[in-house]
Amino acid sequence: MSAEAIRVGVRRPARRLFVHQLRSEQLVFWRSREAAFFIFLFPLLLYVLLGSVYSGKIYGVPAPEALLAGLIGYGCANTAFAGLAIQLVIRRESGILKRLRSTPLPPATYVGSLLVSTLIVFALQAAALFLLGRALYGTPFPSDAGSFAAAVVIGAAVFAALGTATASVIRSAEGSSAVVNFILLPTAFLTGSFGPTRHYPAFLRAIGDVLPLRYFINLVNAVYLRGHGFWTQPQALAVLAAWGVAGLVFTVFRFQWEPRER
Amino acid sequence: MHAIEVSGLRKAYGNLEAVRGVDFEIEEGEVFGLLGPNGAGKTTTVEILEGYRKRDAGEVRVLGHDPERPGPDFRERIGVVLQQSQLWPNLTVRETHAIFAGYYRAPRNVDEVIALVGLVDKANARVKSLSGGQKRRLDLGIALVGDPDLVFLDEPTTGFDPQARRAAWEMIRSLRSLGKTVLLTTHYLDEAEQLADRVAVLREGQIVRVGTPAELTTTDLQTEIRYRQDGEEVLVRTDEPTRVLADLASAAVARGEELEGLQVRRPSLEDVYLALTAEEQEAEAEVEA
Repeated sequence: MSAEAIRVGVRRPARRLFVHQLRSEQLVFWRSREAAFFIFLFPLLLYVLLGSVYSGKIYGVPAPEALLAGLIGYGCANTAFAGLAIQLVIRRESGILKRLRSTPLPPATYVGSLLVSTLIVFALQAAALFLLGRALYGTPFPSDAGSFAAAVVIGAAVFAALGTATASVIRSAEGSSAVVNFILLPTAFLTGSFGPTRHYPAFLRAIGDVLPLRYFINLVNAVYLRGHGFWTQPQALAVLAAWGVAGLVFTVFRFQWEPRER
Repeated sequence: MHAIEVSGLRKAYGNLEAVRGVDFEIEEGEVFGLLGPNGAGKTTTVEILEGYRKRDAGEVRVLGHDPERPGPDFRERIGVVLQQSQLWPNLTVRETHAIFAGYYRAPRNVDEVIALVGLVDKANARVKSLSGGQKRRLDLGIALVGDPDLVFLDEPTTGFDPQARRAAWEMIRSLRSLGKTVLLTTHYLDEAEQLADRVAVLREGQIVRVGTPAELTTTDLQTEIRYRQDGEEVLVRTDEPTRVLADLASAAVARGEELEGLQVRRPSLEDVYLALTAEEQEAEAEVEA
């Protein structure tokens, strides 16, 4: 091997590998119409439906704004938690993850690009929700865009950690969608994604009060509805961080690259 | 230099000893066949060499690396075709190749690889529209797109119809002409006989015989000579076919007769393989008795 070739080899273009994998992930996501529909369009559809059901004020703000904040929460969990968990189980069981491990693509680059790809999808979805809200109900854009972006990144990271943890315990690709939605849909109802929970029985509200989506929606409410900085919500941030770390630790110990079923 | 060196390799899953002390070496540029029935330990052995599993004991070198702690260029230099794996159903053949090509430092040209595996007509087809044989060729294509020195093929033709198998064999032969080292596992005897320079017969986690297909078939079993005499089939098994045949022939000539239906048959690899299996079953029967 010539000196030149060795030098090229040492200077691995890590960034180029990351960008290559990110583009690949985006291609895979948008090419699959079912995934693109359920993950990207579903929250938009729900917003239109719920927006036509509720009127007046929720939490002292116009209903479309409160619903928008709730659906940002649901959309984030749907994309980063449900979408990621289902994708990972399908890829693991079909042998794609195992196949990728035999290539020089580093696992950290793979996971990192998958997370960023998920975040891109959610960011587009959030933008679409805001545009839809403005067009249909005249809702405002976030007054503090930086804080809003920070809240979204925090939420997506927490739900992605919980999504990979959940993927670690799901055994079959066929069951993954059912299991994930069995977790997500009740969670969304209990935490107020689809409307206010004040009139719920106390024990249902108590369950909702320990779930991470509740605190993410609190964070979004504070930033979007009341114009606070994201750092003004230490309780929400602490609970989200606890859930995120738990998901991460569980993932590190339990995640598998190889199919469970043989 | 050896592409692969294995000695004293052991691996157990709980109480099941899948690999029980395996030794072999593979030369660079060699096509080496690991042959054995299901459950013989072929896939476990190969997955240890590929770096998927940790061994319990033994020494393993693959392209100079320990696959449990491979250096940075190990995965640049191997290509893997797994026994069962699927790819993204909605991407095209070319897109799938291009994604994998992007993982390697010095990949081969994507269209060249697609041509090599015979998928030119399907380059723009979605993966989900391919037949089983075409999907297997795609698997091979993405294993070759990084231009590896060593290719692992785990049962590459299982489930193929005869025509697809012959096409796959041609492709595997073309790997040899590219100078690649190939480790092939199969439970098809004819496949090993057709493709491999050397074959190791694996059974219950141990290698029971290693050699070229020709060596395996000459060392173990006797040659069979068959003919008909007075309408009766006669079968002679011998280690000295030349002498026996000469005796039979001169006796027949002396009687002024023809040796009707004369056949001389060297044992096939299949005969050797079945004989090895039969030995084992007899040994087991004795142990149980």
